Amino acid sequence: MTPLIETRDLTLAYRGHVVLRDVNLSLARGEIVTLVGPNGSGKSSLVRALIGALAPLKGKVSRAPGLTIGYVPQSLAIDGTLPLTVARFLSLPCRVSPERAAAALSDAGVPGLAERQMRDLSGGQFQRVLLARALLETPDILILDEATQGLDQPGAALFYQQIEAVRQQTGCAVLMVSHDLHVVMAASDRVLCVNGHICCEGTPEIVASAPEYRALFGTGTQGALALYRHEHSHSHGPDCDHVPMPRNEAEA
Amino acid sequence: MLDDFMVRAGLAGLGVALAAAPLGCFVVWRRLAYIGDATSHAAILGVALALALEIPVFGGVLAVAVAVALLLSALSGRGLGSDALLGVLAHSALAFGLVAVSFLPNARVDLMAYLVGDILAVSRADLAVIWGGAALVTALVAWRWSALLASTLSPDLAQAAGLKPEREALLLTLAMAVIVAVAIKVVGALLIAALLIIPAAAARPIARTPESMAVLAAVIAACAAIGGLLISFAMNTPTGPTIVALGAGIFALTQAVQLIRD
Repeated sequence: MTPLIETRDLTLAYRGHVVLRDVNLSLARGEIVTLVGPNGSGKSSLVRALIGALAPLKGKVSRAPGLTIGYVPQSLAIDGTLPLTVARFLSLPCRVSPERAAAALSDAGVPGLAERQMRDLSGGQFQRVLLARALLETPDILILDEATQGLDQPGAALFYQQIEAVRQQTGCAVLMVSHDLHVVMAASDRVLCVNGHICCEGTPEIVASAPEYRALFGTGTQGALALYRHEHSHSHGPDCDHVPMPRNEAEA
Repeated sequence: MLDDFMVRAGLAGLGVALAAAPLGCFVVWRRLAYIGDATSHAAILGVALALALEIPVFGGVLAVAVAVALLLSALSGRGLGSDALLGVLAHSALAFGLVAVSFLPNARVDLMAYLVGDILAVSRADLAVIWGGAALVTALVAWRWSALLASTLSPDLAQAAGLKPEREALLLTLAMAVIVAVAIKVVGALLIAALLIIPAAAARPIARTPESMAVLAAVIAACAAIGGLLISFAMNTPTGPTIVALGAGIFALTQAVQLIRD
């Protein structure tokens, strides 16, 4: 199957510094792929390159013709001078009928918010409204950049269940960036561990046991609870190799 | 009807007010107030250029306003548009403009007219330019409304939806330059930015959606333009500043409404 979106030797710079190099990534219809990696690892830059907001320093991003992307950003600061109801927000940039907007809000688990001002929503409601808007575009790919910020653990779990339901219903691909490793990894078909380059990739089980992943997120517990034992036991050499550890292909 | 100078003045004020208000909403939402200010101050430099080259003032002001607006947008886009830098550019453009005008013979008399406007001296030809420019800006803003709004809310979100946020920002910059060029005769270089910002800011507390804010801003701007003209006629005050002062009065009123309501 031809990929929906593909990167070839993608190298990205942010404010003059290379943050990510030589990324080869492809996403097929119906896949759930998760990017994990520490802060500053280039995850968000990769997402911005995929949506076209960040031009590559080297390499290229190719999208299937007519590809629609539903994007749920990490956060969205709405200026206090901009009055914006939830209903109006859902119609950006494409108008949707009030019925569709109401249905999208119900699907996202926040029914009846249409007439509220965006600024008056709680963090959890806000994230769900962002998801509802992304789904209204009937995307081929849903891209979520740390979309569960502001949700408590049951809320985050429910959020991921909804994502999976959406994938089931629409067959769209999903690319998630997350810190909620234990929840996210279980729901993913494929996990990419990113730290300036793609350290390792594969099914959640393979990645969780890969030495590169353990080097970034700690050992044991198959990745669960690893979030709070975040150690950097290796450094990156000039070629982005893991200096103290032997290079190991996780997929092999 | 157009033979009456008051009718011409009223139509000129109305044209600028109606076009500037929705554009002004974007100026407020995107926090471009200072760029609007700097662009309109630089218009005096355009006046000097036009008088020196003996071309229509509208053309000179438009050229300089476009150049300055593009420069400022590029600087702020690169993170160089610091408060201080914008202040330096805005005021030095005004100062250079005033100095340049003083070199021109017979131009001193005109200067006040370009600083605070001379709406009562609007000719039929001026009226055509004003309504032409106002119609162009209104049409642009209406055409790109949704894309502009999405880009204003979040450039990344707009980009993901297949829009080009930089192009929308450029369009706003150019629209702002056109408004500056057509409004200089009405309220003068010193007060053009007020015509952009005050109606939008006055509409904010009583608006629930972006569209209602734009419409309310246009209504408020129209009231200020016509009301200000009538007050200035009755009380023999300078017209441009009276229009802006009335707009400020409406702003104070809607702020008070919000205070009471909350």
